Amino acid sequence: MRQRSLIAVTAALAAGALTLTACGSRDSGGKGSDSKGGTTVVIGVDAPLTGDLTAIGLGIRNSVDLAVKQANKLKIVDGVTFKMQALDDQAQPSSGQQNASKLVSNADVYGVVGPLNSSVAQSMQKVFDDAKLVEVSPANTNPTLTQGNDWQKSKVRGYKSYFRTATTDAIQGPFAAQYVYNKAKKKKVFVIDDKKTYGAGLASTFSEEFKKLGGTIVGTEHINPDTKDYSAVATKVKNSGADIVYYGGEYPQAGPLSKQIKAAGSKVPLVGGDAVYDPTYIKLAGPASNGDLVTSVGAPLDQLPSAKEFLANYKAGGYSEEYGAYGGYAYDSAWSIIQAVKKVVDDNSGKLPSDARAKITAAVQNVSFDGVTGKVSFDEYGDTTNKQLTVYSVTNGAWKTVESGTYNGG
Amino acid sequence: MNELPQQLVNGLLLGSMYGLVAIGYTMVYGIVQLINFAHGEIFMTGAFGALTVYAYVLPDGTSMWIALPLMLIGGILVAVLVAVGAERFAYRPLRNAPRLAPLITAIGLSLALQQAVWAWYPDAKSARTFPQIGGGPFHIGNVTIQTGDIFLLIAAPVSMAFLAYFVMRTRTGRGMQATAQDPDTAKLMGVNTDRIIVIAFALGAAFAAVGGVADGLKYGQIDFRMGFILGLKAFTAAVLGGIGNIYGAMIGGVVLGIAETLATAYIADLPGMEKFGTQSWADVWAFVLLILVLLFRPQGLLGERVADRA
Repeated sequence: MRQRSLIAVTAALAAGALTLTACGSRDSGGKGSDSKGGTTVVIGVDAPLTGDLTAIGLGIRNSVDLAVKQANKLKIVDGVTFKMQALDDQAQPSSGQQNASKLVSNADVYGVVGPLNSSVAQSMQKVFDDAKLVEVSPANTNPTLTQGNDWQKSKVRGYKSYFRTATTDAIQGPFAAQYVYNKAKKKKVFVIDDKKTYGAGLASTFSEEFKKLGGTIVGTEHINPDTKDYSAVATKVKNSGADIVYYGGEYPQAGPLSKQIKAAGSKVPLVGGDAVYDPTYIKLAGPASNGDLVTSVGAPLDQLPSAKEFLANYKAGGYSEEYGAYGGYAYDSAWSIIQAVKKVVDDNSGKLPSDARAKITAAVQNVSFDGVTGKVSFDEYGDTTNKQLTVYSVTNGAWKTVESGTYNGG
Repeated sequence: MNELPQQLVNGLLLGSMYGLVAIGYTMVYGIVQLINFAHGEIFMTGAFGALTVYAYVLPDGTSMWIALPLMLIGGILVAVLVAVGAERFAYRPLRNAPRLAPLITAIGLSLALQQAVWAWYPDAKSARTFPQIGGGPFHIGNVTIQTGDIFLLIAAPVSMAFLAYFVMRTRTGRGMQATAQDPDTAKLMGVNTDRIIVIAFALGAAFAAVGGVADGLKYGQIDFRMGFILGLKAFTAAVLGGIGNIYGAMIGGVVLGIAETLATAYIADLPGMEKFGTQSWADVWAFVLLILVLLFRPQGLLGERVADRA
């Protein structure tokens, strides 16, 4: 009897597993290029490919895939075929670190694009730095990643192999504060964050600048990103008399938060950072989100002449997901690695040297080209030299550009 | 202090949701002493079942007044099927195994259900929007109640009353009480205990599905992980109220919900406590309350009176 039920369970499991494979329509990506002799250079990708932040993560993966295909098509580096290996970090620092070790142990990997989350980056930096493997993040905005824990007082670069094409919170937070105070004319803010590296960092740089400008912070809250009942917080916001809410965090929480604040009877706009700038936010926040604002890094892709080619190629690539908030940055990140590989190979008479990883890392420091998001180059900390930001607002169920600007200090 | 009534209502709503799900934990525990950790996922499948009816069965633009009862039926149907299937294929073979085996099975089942919805339900990789009831909000004094919350305010007490009637007055209900008290003797007395256990799973699942629909209406979105944290909270509510006691589950839920809300709203205002009063600390305070209750009343708020447990 016992054995029979065991067989039944096994059969059920087997059937389940079979259906799973049959229904697995997710493409694993990176199968596009076949190497016919020559050297293969793998560019790793680490991003959340499952879970809440899937929409953004898949945009990053697809954009790197596109960069790799373009490089192969245009034969950017003679004799080198680029490939992509995409790993899922589920937005978890622990998974990120495992992925980092995995990428390091693959000898064909000469550069990595990712991760999305600043907290994940913290867990990966050392692994990559020890292996001298270059990592270019399209999305990390926490200042400590490049400038050290004491970045407000003395900047120290912790890891020579870490670069990013996204601007930092040290710029984004104050940029948002200046817009809210000077342009939107809001003086009383309620600041909420999700206690993650990214959200808390953004909320604190925003608060500082807002107070400096003369605004009042009428309340602060930290939410728990695992729950979605924010009614107690929403009631507090309503009773605080705030005329605007600043949220440091990501869209899966920002959407319901905005919705519940408005439902509680407080008709004030919510302002978020680049991680809120996603079409899903509007879906989650509902029609009441009209007028909510975000700041995001760079200028809008559809307005940059340099992005036209990317947009056309992305469309032609037939990806089923949008390129998202960081697609352009991911493409530029991958392209900076490709440029560095080209330089190293050219300097070594057409072959990869034995210490290629270290050489490529050094070469990324000096890249300079016109990318999708504008001029791509890195300063002495590994931060992008592009300091452009844009304010977007929800207008009739879609993100509309309000204005672009370059941040130049407080 | 004028936000107190609103915060109490917020807490009551949150707590009713916990209570609806907690009933499933407490009934199953009362009868087979199993902590069914997959119950949070049953709640989730109930919500997805209701969404399926709305999005794929009914024609577009069906009025919510017609759609809601059908969604409820669909949600309950799916949740009950999943729960009964789980009982039949995952728990029954382990009925006489050591206590830890079904517990681990439950955790595995919980993950399997999450991943199954993630993998197979259309567009469930990120949150899906749930239909909303139009109109509202309603204002009573300075308390605002959303239209979506009305359903929960009605459904929770009605479910509770139905359950009380069922357990106390019907033949099957009395069979449940007997099985809870002593399964072997109940069997000797002619109670079909296998059937009773299936009914306990099914009833718990039905209430979880009602909770799932209420959750969707309240927050406007559902996702494959919605059951995890809520299941954990509901389990806590069941323990707080006295696991095995069906009234305790509801009361434990409401107490837990109100405690969390008030902790968010007021602890930060106490001198020197600003750091510990934000919403991310609410769970900590909820568990402090749980520990305090269990210190003084190890059997939970209502305790487990054997005669009532089912």
